[in-house]
Amino acid sequence: MADPMRIRAKIEGDKTVVRVLMAHEMETGQRRDSTGKVVPAHFIQEVTATHNGKTVLAAQWGPAISKNPYLQFQFAGAKAGEKIAIAWVDNKGDKRTDEATIAA
Amino acid sequence: MTRLTTGGALVLALFACLPGLAAAQAGDDTVKKIEEYRQALAGGNPAELWEARGEDLWKRKAGPRNASLEACDLGKGPGVVRGAYAELPRYFADTGRVMDLESRLVHCRMTLQGLTAAQARARPYGSGTDRSDNEALVAFITSESRGVKMNVPQSHPKEREAYQLGKKMFFFRGGPHDFSCATCHSESGKRIRLQDLPNLTEAKDAQRAYTTWPAYRVSQGELRTFQWRLFDCFRQQRFPELEFTSEASVALTTFLARNANGAEFNAPAIKR
Repeated sequence: MADPMRIRAKIEGDKTVVRVLMAHEMETGQRRDSTGKVVPAHFIQEVTATHNGKTVLAAQWGPAISKNPYLQFQFAGAKAGEKIAIAWVDNKGDKRTDEATIAA
Repeated sequence: MTRLTTGGALVLALFACLPGLAAAQAGDDTVKKIEEYRQALAGGNPAELWEARGEDLWKRKAGPRNASLEACDLGKGPGVVRGAYAELPRYFADTGRVMDLESRLVHCRMTLQGLTAAQARARPYGSGTDRSDNEALVAFITSESRGVKMNVPQSHPKEREAYQLGKKMFFFRGGPHDFSCATCHSESGKRIRLQDLPNLTEAKDAQRAYTTWPAYRVSQGELRTFQWRLFDCFRQQRFPELEFTSEASVALTTFLARNANGAEFNAPAIKR
């Protein structure tokens, strides 16, 4: 199973700024290993951010996203102490969901 | 006609002074831009992923004895992690040796968790999915010294001995390229391609270099430790392999760590 994400969420002005670090290989499927064999593609395809049961961000990712991706976004309408949940699903069906409390 | 000539001369004069100007500006701009790039990356330094895994490895029970590393004495007493790295390498009375962080971790994993020497020394550097526990533990422990002033001791004779040996190694020329560490690292303003080489014989560069390792290397997608930096420098010099946790490795680390004394430790960092 994949390593946990590092999520930081903070109220800045009237918005909540969310910073997420994900641990993922993000293999493009274009690289070859030392024996010349293609390294199979392995990358995050879907990212969803949920706040109070409502999706605040939905993204479709591809192999062009870097290894160990960093995602930053902001949304309105959250209060300090509430939770933000981030989930990803990769092309092999692996998934991971993590939660963080929004700081003031 | 006159005006045209004047105009031509003016243009020529302008061009004449451009190259010098451009070169000076490009140098400053590049350094500034690289600095900006580092700052932009700092908010999302993937080194944090290694720190988190390292913290888990430190606290989780493992090995034949099913023990965590929390009782490990890194020099400031059993279990004290905060600020420990800023005072390493140092002499440890229980082993009678000067040890750097990696040697001490190997020692603790053997004595506390009951691993064999081979198990505790396995995979000092990770690659892709072949991950290194050592790098993760080092990331966690070094992160607990962030903001702490480097204060590597030289009170024990063995610590002074290690420093002198490390100094000798730094200036020792050898190998098929007749290289020493000093060949690349004893002059200011040198670089390999676009990478600035720190002049490790000067306090400012020596401090900056030492206090910014470990670092997440963007070009490798890996967290690399100072130990790895030395290991790879040896490879680049075509020296014999620098053996992990060997006396030579600890001595060279002692020399470079001690020279960073007084500077604030600021890693795990992020590098290109």
